Amino acid sequence: MGKDMSYEAVMGRNSEIMKKAIGMDYNEFETDGIAFDYERMMRETGYSLQEIEKIQNETGVGHTPIYELRNLTKLARKFAPEGKGARIFVKDEAANPSGSFKARRAATSCYHAKKLGYKGVIAATSGNYGAAVASQAAMRGLKCIVVQECYDSQGKGQPEIIEKARKCEAYGSEVVQLTVGPELFYTFLVLLEDTGYFNASLYTPFAIAGIETLGYELSMQFREMEDRDPDVVVVTNAGGGNLTGTARGLIKAGATETEVIGASVDLSGLHMASDTQFNRKSFTTGHTGFGIPFATWPDRSDVPRSAGRPLRYMDRYVTVNQGSVFYMTEALAQLEGLERGPAGSTSLAAAFKIAQELDQDQIVVVQETEYTGAGKHIMPQLTFAKENGIKILIGDPKKEVPGENIILPKDPSYISIQDIDLNKTKKSYIRNCIKNNRVDKISEEDLKFLVEDTKSNRKFVKEVLNELKIDY
Amino acid sequence: MDAKKGNWVRIHSIVLEAGKRAPSVPEDTQKAPLELWNKGFLLNESANIGEEVEIETYIGRKVKGTLIEVNPYYDHDFGKCIPELLYIGRQIRSLIEEDGE
Repeated sequence: MGKDMSYEAVMGRNSEIMKKAIGMDYNEFETDGIAFDYERMMRETGYSLQEIEKIQNETGVGHTPIYELRNLTKLARKFAPEGKGARIFVKDEAANPSGSFKARRAATSCYHAKKLGYKGVIAATSGNYGAAVASQAAMRGLKCIVVQECYDSQGKGQPEIIEKARKCEAYGSEVVQLTVGPELFYTFLVLLEDTGYFNASLYTPFAIAGIETLGYELSMQFREMEDRDPDVVVVTNAGGGNLTGTARGLIKAGATETEVIGASVDLSGLHMASDTQFNRKSFTTGHTGFGIPFATWPDRSDVPRSAGRPLRYMDRYVTVNQGSVFYMTEALAQLEGLERGPAGSTSLAAAFKIAQELDQDQIVVVQETEYTGAGKHIMPQLTFAKENGIKILIGDPKKEVPGENIILPKDPSYISIQDIDLNKTKKSYIRNCIKNNRVDKISEEDLKFLVEDTKSNRKFVKEVLNELKIDY
Repeated sequence: MDAKKGNWVRIHSIVLEAGKRAPSVPEDTQKAPLELWNKGFLLNESANIGEEVEIETYIGRKVKGTLIEVNPYYDHDFGKCIPELLYIGRQIRSLIEEDGE
C-alpha cells in the first residue's frame, strides 16, 4: 500500500522482490569478483537426482519413450559419404503431461513452491514452459499466472503464442498478455510483489535440476537398448537451460564421452525487442536471438544467477535455417509417423546433417519433441509468415534471410548446418563478465571460474584476458 | 449494455505510454505503448465496451482495465493450405524407396 509503483521504483526493488519470490539468497554463493560457486548453488538449493525422479514421478513427468528414426537414418545415408550416416534416435518429450520437456523444469519448481508454502507460481514465458507450469501447478493445487510477450503494436500475435495462452487457461491459469518489449519484466515484478507468489523462473537451480533426469534417462535407456551411451546428443538451445540440464544428467549417469551439441534456428539480423520485427520470425524460441545472448551472458535472465550455463557444457554449437526445420518437421510426420511441433525439430534438422558426418554404427540422439496443435504447427506458422510478408521459397536454405524469406531445402542434400565459432562466443562471455562486474583485475578464483564456465583451459582464458588488458 | 456482472470478459490497459519505454528498447518499440490484456469475471453491475471496469481473474485477482470483449474465444487454427510444402512427403518417400535396399 502506498508503494511507489513507477517503472524505476519497481525495477529498483528487483533484488528484494526476487529474494521473497524465490526463497533463496543468491548472495550466499557470490564472491567479491566475477566468480560464484555454481556447483555449491546447485547442490545446496537444488535436489538430488533421486529426489527429482521421485518428484517427477508424482506428477507423471519423464520416462518418455525413445524411437529410432529408421527411415530418416536411411534418408540421411543417401546423402552421406560412403560408410557414414549414424543412426538417428529421438526422445519423445511430447509425451510429458503438458506436451514438452518443460514439464521437467516446472515439476521441480512447483514442488519447491508448494514445499515452501507459496500459494501460487508465476512464470514469464511465451513458450511451452507456461503450459508446463500451469499443468504442474494444477496438479499441486497452486494458483498460476503466466505472463506472455504476445502481440505487436497492431495487436497481431504469433499463432504459436496464442495457442500457448489457450493451453495455460485450459489448466486454470491466469494469462497476462503484453506487447513486445523487455519491460515485461516490470509487469512480472509487479505481479510477484502483488501476489507474493513463487517465481517459477526457467533458470533457478530447481528448474535446471529438473532437466537432469532427461540426460540421465537418456543414458540409461541407451545402455538398456544398445548396451552403450549415445555418441552425440543434439539439444535445441535458447536460454541454455535445456542443454545445461541434459548435459549435467548425462555426466551424472557417467556418460562423459557423449558429445553435447547445441542447435539454434538462425534468426540473425532480427532484433528480439523490435515491435516491427516481432512477427517477422517464424520461431518464438530455440533461435539465435536467445541462444547467443544467453550463451554470452546467461545472467541476463529473471534470476540473479542463471543455473543454465550452456558454455560450461557445450562441445559444439550449430545453427540451422527456418526452412530446414519446417522441412524436417514434415519429414518426421511423413517418414516416421510422428506429427510434432516445429520448434522441437530444430535439433532434428541439425542431427540429420550431423549424422552424415558420423560412422554408420554411431548413435545421434535428438533429445526432445514438442506437442503440435492449432497455431503450433507448420501450416499456421507459415500462413502467419505469409500474412506478414515473408516469402516462402524452395531452393538453397543458405540464401535464407531471416525476416524476409523462408527457404525450404530443394531436396535433403540442401539441409546444412553452420558452426558457430565457440571460441568467439566464449571470448564474448569473458568480456561480458569483465564489463558487467566492472573489474580491471581478476583473482585466481575468478580465473578458475572462467575456465569452468567456458569449458576451456587456463591458457585460453589468459590469452583472452591479455587481449582485454586485464591483470590476473 | 454489453456486459453484466459475472460475465467472462477481456480487458486492455496501457502499462507504459509510448515515449516512456525502457531506454534499452529499440526505436520502433519506443514509439508504441506497452499494452496489456487480461481476462476475468466482470465485477461492475454492468458495462459497455470501451468503459473502465474491474474484473476478477480466474485465479481470483482483481484487475482494472478497459472492457474490450465479452465471452472472448480463441480462433487460431491450422492455417491455410501451404502448397509450397506439398513436395516434401513425396520427395522423401521416393528417395528412400528408390533402390529398395
